[in-house]
Amino acid sequence: MIEIRDLHKSYGAKQALRGVSFAVEKGEVVGLLGLNGAGKSTTMNILTGCLCATSGTVLIDGVDIAKDPLAAKRRIGYLPEVPPLYVDMQVSAYLQFVWELKGLRGGAAERRKQLAAVAEKTGTAAVQKRLIRNLSKGYRQRVGLAAALLGDPEILILDEPTVGLDPTQIIEIRDLIAHLGEQHTVILSSHILSEVAAVCGRVVVIDKGVVVADGAPAALEASLQDNSSRVAVIAGTPQQVKAALEGLPELVSVTPLRQTEPGVWEYALQGAAGSDLRRPLFAALAAAQLPLLGARGAQVSLEDVFLQLVAPEQGRGAPPEKNTATGGEAQ
Amino acid sequence: MKAIFKRELNAYFDSPLGYVFVAVYYLFAGYFFFRYNLYAGSADMRDVFSMLFTVTVFLIPILTMRLMSEDRKTKTDQLLLMAPVTAAAIVLGKFFAAAVVYLTAMAITLVSGCVLSLYAAPEWAVILGHFIGLFLVGCTLIAVGMLISAFTENQIIAAVGGFCVGFFLILLDALGSLVSNSALAALLTDMSFETRYSHFTLGTFDLSDLVFFLSMTALFLYFTILAFEKRRLD
Repeated sequence: MIEIRDLHKSYGAKQALRGVSFAVEKGEVVGLLGLNGAGKSTTMNILTGCLCATSGTVLIDGVDIAKDPLAAKRRIGYLPEVPPLYVDMQVSAYLQFVWELKGLRGGAAERRKQLAAVAEKTGTAAVQKRLIRNLSKGYRQRVGLAAALLGDPEILILDEPTVGLDPTQIIEIRDLIAHLGEQHTVILSSHILSEVAAVCGRVVVIDKGVVVADGAPAALEASLQDNSSRVAVIAGTPQQVKAALEGLPELVSVTPLRQTEPGVWEYALQGAAGSDLRRPLFAALAAAQLPLLGARGAQVSLEDVFLQLVAPEQGRGAPPEKNTATGGEAQ
Repeated sequence: MKAIFKRELNAYFDSPLGYVFVAVYYLFAGYFFFRYNLYAGSADMRDVFSMLFTVTVFLIPILTMRLMSEDRKTKTDQLLLMAPVTAAAIVLGKFFAAAVVYLTAMAITLVSGCVLSLYAAPEWAVILGHFIGLFLVGCTLIAVGMLISAFTENQIIAAVGGFCVGFFLILLDALGSLVSNSALAALLTDMSFETRYSHFTLGTFDLSDLVFFLSMTALFLYFTILAFEKRRLD
């Protein structure tokens, strides 16, 4: 449906994109994730024909957007980061203008039907007669989305659709996008991880103009999940536990975290990279007759994945305390 | 193009801008008509048009200042860039909207002509010659103003810039008289809007003048299209 090949874009000396390539299949909901300035908006602007790439190709349904922009643009509905609204117009007049601008065919009856359907879908039916300048940010976002939906394009590209909205509005817009994802191919950008995890079946992480990861959110988490570090609750004093675990070749360090009940401590156990601590830990504690009351993985969240991807020099082998802390929250 | 034309025309009259432009034009046209025809008891409208020529140079930049720059500032240009329309259609749609507002303002001179014909026999050939000439000058100035407006986000800069460039083009013949090289002087004089416009005021119709204004308009519109397209590149 969408194919991006080796996209480069320079703004003067600054290289915004340095060889971005990925493809999106029909019906996918893809999240474009990256820090501010990573190249998300630039990629989206090129995808929608608002910007020319320095080099590289974008194929929309097999149509090269540089060669036949009009045909490619007809297949796309785009909501830029700042919705392009004429604030002096009424919502209904604006949507009618967009209808005409997109060159959508059909008589007045068809137009009224579509405008009403889109208004209903985006929840803008109640504000049709209001001036856009008087609308709240949430409603402006909806009007922008309504404009993008006109003509029922197969592809929807949404640049940070929930930025600046209040929590209820975020949930509403997110539900709306999830609903739209059932019938459309959607690419949305965000730097908010929970949003991407909630809505998207696939995440493309962009950092400094290159794609650093591409996959399902769960798969990305799994790729960085390891069993080398654990948090264990053991009925034994730090001295006893240290003595019992001393002989384990996989273990690098044992750190008592806190006493949870009389005679019971919580420990952070760090194993060698790539090792699996679970079985040797059980065996060693059983041999020393120290009951293992609980153990949990230092689970990696999407947030950890993201931070590791975008800052590899600090991120790789993230400090155990951090993983432990996140693991604690996750469980 | 039709959609953009309609929107821009509505935008002129959704804001005070269109009303102010037309009202100020009517004010000047009305005053000059009173001063040179009614009060002076003359059926000759030449002085009215020659004064309106100056007024046009001053007022057109007000009409064009927001045409391109506002879209850039409010980021609505993105809507136009992402729409399946060409840059030429966008620029032409905006141009025709401004031209129609200008024509609405100018039409008052024909009303004045009609009023005159109730009491005397004005020379319609001269009036129409002036009218067409002034309309063509206005269209060229609109194209110039649009180009300046496409360069900036700031409406004030667009207005002042449009005014300066328009004024420069009008006064080229004055510059021509200062140049010693005769070929260059002739070129400057021929390029002057004032000289070209003066041919219309004689009630004569010269094809070269028509071609001059139309091609100048087309040239500046083409530059505006290029300036708009350039935004895709940076």
